[in-house]
Amino acid sequence: MEEGTRTKAQLDEEFSELYRRHLRDVFSYSYYRVGNHHDAEDLTEQTFLQAYRHFERALRESDGRPLRPWLIRIAHNLAANFYRDRSRRPEAAMEDAGVISAPHDTESLVEGRDELKRILAGVQELPDDRREALVMRFALGMDNREIARAMGRSDGATKVLIHRAIRQLEGKVEGYGDHGRSSKKGGAPRDGATRSDGGPRG
Amino acid sequence: MTEAVDFETLLRRALVPIEPPDELTQRLEDTLVELTELAADELEAWELSTMRDPRNWMRPAAAVVVGGAATAALVVVRVRRRHERRRPQPGLVGLAERALRDVAEEARRVAFRDR
Repeated sequence: MEEGTRTKAQLDEEFSELYRRHLRDVFSYSYYRVGNHHDAEDLTEQTFLQAYRHFERALRESDGRPLRPWLIRIAHNLAANFYRDRSRRPEAAMEDAGVISAPHDTESLVEGRDELKRILAGVQELPDDRREALVMRFALGMDNREIARAMGRSDGATKVLIHRAIRQLEGKVEGYGDHGRSSKKGGAPRDGATRSDGGPRG
Repeated sequence: MTEAVDFETLLRRALVPIEPPDELTQRLEDTLVELTELAADELEAWELSTMRDPRNWMRPAAAVVVGGAATAALVVVRVRRRHERRRPQPGLVGLAERALRDVAEEARRVAFRDR
């Protein structure tokens, strides 16, 4: 198509589609980044406002590639500014995300909550780039290429980053299991994974 | 290998997508509709620094109407979202009537702001 001939109405329509498709992605990313709903809302709002300002150029430069990585990158940069400006750090309030959203049957409820809490606590402690890569992969369902574009890295470097993040997190979660639940020494996450397979969500 | 897959399953359960609250959706859509009404030069002048204060996001000075067509797409977004939220209607005629009402109402809101 003729890139240069988009009318403002066409641009607005394309932006609407982008917004509709990715509002939840941006909000999820923001939430996991800042750790509370209030700041996540602010961040999401700012992300789409800034995206709207630069949408035409982004479309031109994207060569038809998906714009989700670009959106997430905007959210990433705004979050960085947010912390710099306000001298804040992410809050440790992420635990309600997966625990509340994922349905559990009554038998696995307590165990499941513990496991998810340990994982979320571990995610919070990861270095920023590893945490963000995991959020993009698992909460947003982005593939390696998209994540690489969002983070400004090569595909290979991204693959390694995600692999190391998972390994590091696994180690942390096992550590929590060892210290927090002496009766289940060692294998808590793996036991949990097996139990989870029979749960309501696969 | 199996262990890694199991841990990834757990990760997927922990890191679920988070649904944005309705108030955010409404506020953001209102703001985007307003933005479509801004002239391009105003958008250029609207520095990001002013956006850091939430009170400035909604009301950049003196909006200039660019044209009715520009807002059409965002009106469509709003109407679609309302339908997604609603329960199924008893009949096609009722659905069509409601859709027409929504479009008219949304168009009226936008037109009213243009005055």
